[in-house]
Amino acid sequence: MTQVDPVTIWTIIVGLAIGSYALRFTFIGLVGDRSMPPWLLRHLRYTAVAIIPALIAPAVAWPTATAGQPDAARMTAAAVTLTVGLYTKNVISAMFTGAATLYGLLYLLG
Amino acid sequence: MASTTSNSFYWRGFRDGAPFVFVAFPFGTLFGVFATEAGLNIVQTMALTSTVFAGAAQFTALQLLQDQTPTAIILVSALAVNLRMAMYSASLTPYLGAAPLWQRAAAAYLLVDQSYACSIVQFEKEPAMTIAQRIAYFFGSATPVTPVWIVATYLGAVLGTRIPESWALDFALPIAFLAMIGPMMRTLPHVVAALVAIIASLLSAGVPYNLGLLIAGCAGMIAGAQAELIATRKSAKA
Repeated sequence: MTQVDPVTIWTIIVGLAIGSYALRFTFIGLVGDRSMPPWLLRHLRYTAVAIIPALIAPAVAWPTATAGQPDAARMTAAAVTLTVGLYTKNVISAMFTGAATLYGLLYLLG
Repeated sequence: MASTTSNSFYWRGFRDGAPFVFVAFPFGTLFGVFATEAGLNIVQTMALTSTVFAGAAQFTALQLLQDQTPTAIILVSALAVNLRMAMYSASLTPYLGAAPLWQRAAAAYLLVDQSYACSIVQFEKEPAMTIAQRIAYFFGSATPVTPVWIVATYLGAVLGTRIPESWALDFALPIAFLAMIGPMMRTLPHVVAALVAIIASLLSAGVPYNLGLLIAGCAGMIAGAQAELIATRKSAKA
């Protein structure tokens, strides 16, 4: 265990707490029910569907657990999860088949 | 009457948000363990986890802290990882913006990947929902995950022991998010947005401070919006 300067840690904690809340509050709190322009709404419709794949694509391609080396078990589990989700439109069944695939392959590939 | 319908929407949100407990628990435990290893005490770990309440940003901050990064860079990077919260906030505003300020202030605190993902899918599926029903659903979707995240962090920090790497908990988050992508592919523009975002995120993976995520997110949003415009013009001509 390393010794970390408490002032640094608390600066980070307080800064992140205020900053994160500000990011979350900006639109929902300050804009409220004032109407937003159609072009903005059109872009916002695709926020989730863009940011979520972008968040995980690098984690699938270069997993941290394998020091960034592409990993057969994780790649396959990712593909299975995505495919099951696309066909069943069911988050839970996709999640569980994906996890089962990951554990099965990690066990088989040792 | 109105309260009973809101009540049932609360429980629908609760049910839809419940599966994320399987993600929040291992992820929170992992964070507690990681924070202890990085040299944070229990009070610091719990303060961080319950005020910031965003796993990816918390992990980013700790990772950079261990790499002796200057405080200012740590703050900017972790907040950049959390910039998606501003996008979530903006995206929910058309649905929740008319709610009372105190409800919006509380909703802002509980705005996480999971509550956002559940809510946006539900609000788009049933546009006829009232504001009260949407707020009830949103709080319902955040209810299971919030206490589990905090308790799991505490357990991880107290145990402080290394969770065996064979558990492959590193991949709990990608699997959970991948499972959510399939049901989101409702129209061609949604598919275009996701594909462009994936390609952009892989190409920009080398960009420092996780800014690649923001670049890819914006690229995907623009691609989706453009695809929607083209699709609308085509159907107008036909």
